[in-house]
Amino acid sequence: MNPIFDLTWLVPLPPAVACALIILVTNRNKSLSSAIAIAGVVVSLIIGWAVAFSAFVDHDLAHHPVNTTLFSIPTGLTDIDVGYALDPANALMLFMVPFLLVMIFIYARGYMTFPHHLKAVDFPEAHAEGKDPRYSRFMAYISLFAVGMLGLVTSNNLITFFVFWEIMGLCSYLLIGFWFEKESAKKAAFKAFVTTRIGDALLFIGMMVLYIVSEPSSLSFADLFSEDNLYELGRTYANLGFREVTWVSIITFLILCGTIGKSAQFPLHVWLPDAMEGPTPVSAMIHAATMVSAGVFLLIRMYPLFDRALHLTSTSMYLVAGVGAFTALFAATIAMAQWDVKRVLAYSTISQLGYMVAALGIGAYVAALFHLLTHAFFKALLFLGSGSVIHGMEHGHEHAHGHGHDDADDHASELIQRPDGSLDPNDPQDMRNMGGLLRKMPVTGWTFIIGGLALSGFPIITAGFWSKDEILAVAFEENSLVFLALAIAAFCTAFYTMRQMALTFFNRGRTEAADHASESTRSMTVPLILISFFAITLGWIGIPAAFPVLGPIGNNWLGHFLEPFMEVIYIHVLHPEFNFVPLLVSVAVALGGLGLGWLVYGKGLPPGETDPMYRAMGPIWQIFHRKYFIDELYDATVVRLSNFVSSFCASIDARWIIDPLVNLVGKAGVWLSALAAAADHLLVDGLVNLTANFMRWCGGVLTHLQDGKVQAYLVIAMMVLGIWVVLVGMPIVLTLV
Amino acid sequence: MVPLQAYLTLAAFIFSCGLYGALARRNAIAMLMAVELMLNAVNINLVAFWRYGPNREDLAGQTFAIFVIAVAAAEVAVGLALVIAIYRSRKTVYLDEIDLLQG
Repeated sequence: MNPIFDLTWLVPLPPAVACALIILVTNRNKSLSSAIAIAGVVVSLIIGWAVAFSAFVDHDLAHHPVNTTLFSIPTGLTDIDVGYALDPANALMLFMVPFLLVMIFIYARGYMTFPHHLKAVDFPEAHAEGKDPRYSRFMAYISLFAVGMLGLVTSNNLITFFVFWEIMGLCSYLLIGFWFEKESAKKAAFKAFVTTRIGDALLFIGMMVLYIVSEPSSLSFADLFSEDNLYELGRTYANLGFREVTWVSIITFLILCGTIGKSAQFPLHVWLPDAMEGPTPVSAMIHAATMVSAGVFLLIRMYPLFDRALHLTSTSMYLVAGVGAFTALFAATIAMAQWDVKRVLAYSTISQLGYMVAALGIGAYVAALFHLLTHAFFKALLFLGSGSVIHGMEHGHEHAHGHGHDDADDHASELIQRPDGSLDPNDPQDMRNMGGLLRKMPVTGWTFIIGGLALSGFPIITAGFWSKDEILAVAFEENSLVFLALAIAAFCTAFYTMRQMALTFFNRGRTEAADHASESTRSMTVPLILISFFAITLGWIGIPAAFPVLGPIGNNWLGHFLEPFMEVIYIHVLHPEFNFVPLLVSVAVALGGLGLGWLVYGKGLPPGETDPMYRAMGPIWQIFHRKYFIDELYDATVVRLSNFVSSFCASIDARWIIDPLVNLVGKAGVWLSALAAAADHLLVDGLVNLTANFMRWCGGVLTHLQDGKVQAYLVIAMMVLGIWVVLVGMPIVLTLV
Repeated sequence: MVPLQAYLTLAAFIFSCGLYGALARRNAIAMLMAVELMLNAVNINLVAFWRYGPNREDLAGQTFAIFVIAVAAAEVAVGLALVIAIYRSRKTVYLDEIDLLQG
């Protein structure tokens, strides 16, 4: 085995050190803090790529994946072995994740300028520096986020996997709500946290069930995916009351719930678009490199179970494919009718994750992982590009309205009510305020276009085409319904991507801000250029071998890399027959979507004019624009129900049962105390006073003896003497006589 | 010869007079005088027992009597001084009015 593989466990460590350093030592120095954060992920990148590239050339790794225990935690019956794993699947992740993290960190260094919603008066130092007041804290948070993702990728058991998974959940909460002065950011953070919690709770139940029913009881991947255990899980039945199902169905269902929460699949997708409230580097991180990828990576990690379920034709797998395909289509239609530049991307992320989940649901393990990798690159590119656009728009806005202007006044402008959604003319994120930015921001523009073409699957040259095509090819063979949904989703994707590019970058600017926009700093544009390289070339690792002309050159390196490993963990390897139909469909939907988008939006959208699609589709467009009213539906049902339940419980607590009981106990205590006090007062005090009074009476009697008259004393003395004489003296005398 | 009993009877009578005076008289000076009476009654006893006792060479009885006379003189001196002091502050020598130590 290659000794470099022993370094795998070091990969999550440097960002952890960086995070601790920033929090404890350097947090006063913003520039140094970001340098430390970047240094942390760069070290991770060096180690990670060293490990990943040695894994790529090591043909033995697939047959003997690394699984090393660092230490074990003794529990009641078993030991939990904490350690690291390395196999082809996570080697690919180790190639993707640290690289994107480095790019995002460098980008964040330039991006985190003084935010517009804060007042300069409140933070004079940070404003003078031109940086966010909580710049260092941001760096610490994203470092911790990086720890979460890298740790999750390298862990060799479900327990540590889940721990890192939750670290990311925490960090996403902290980062989405990073600008917590904004009410919307606070709400979005809360929403993200609560929504993902539903999935996480179900995932945790799944883990417990898995631990209990597997033999031996363990959560280490190596133990779980033994042939015997997989066979037993697929063969033994659990009685659910109404019917009997295999354990593997139950477990895969619960794990899918975890993915639905984390990867924002329908019906728990609502948190992800709102997560746009966080700073853009966070959006890029959550949507590309880390958080949502973790959900899909969970499915990939646990895939031997899913594959077993798939070959038992278990309903849970239809569910996986159904959820994925539905989400892909559903989110893509919403994305067609959004105005916020980041929101379009958010829905496209949901849609693309739906692709991956659908791919896993029909058994396309390699294709899903492939799409996960390519998507991470081009989506990070798009997000960072959109952040750069927002920055440029903000600069343009400042330029157009003069410097030194109080920011709060600018943002208090009134909304313009339009039939296709209200518009804030100063909103730097609304695409209706943009236009013609390609000339103002050429680097951002061209890299964004590269990312957009990759997202829409522009044939042959972009990475997105190859991964999407592979998913469609498998879907064509396995399930025509999924294929249809994904093909339509791909068409929508191409359409809204072209809409976004046309509205943002082409034609003329629709506002002064757009006319005065300027290119972002180098620390933001350089990562864009570097990522766009991979957004194109990464597709070449997975060109199907049977593809005309290009196939033999690329020779499907990814497939050959993963397939031996899949056999080791008992996953069936699919070899879809090369078929021109899905290929032509994927080319047609990509070009058709882009072409239709160009036809509709290519001439640009004159200021004040409504969306042409709105004019064509009317109420349907409104449904898309309002996201199928899902948020409203949840507000009316789930939120209201839980509010009702909460207030019901609160009433039980405060008004009906608990508080009255407590008060009753309290009152009874008071009453009993009063009783005891009375008893004390009358009985105990009475006795004491009785004694005292008796003594006082005795004293009173005896004071008469002490009247101060000498002769009275003498009389008494004489009487005593006389008595003594009679009682004692006389008998003595008489005895003598 | 006068028998011993006569002396003893006389002494007892004088002592009783003294005792009565000490207990019953209101005047402090009279009370002091009564005390003197009791002391002298004792003196009579001492001297009488010496005279009728077996050992007449030993002058213990007379010596005691002289001691008692001396002490009585001193006592009277102190007692009268006290009575005068009390009279000065309280304008009375009646014992029933002098009850400063009443409880």
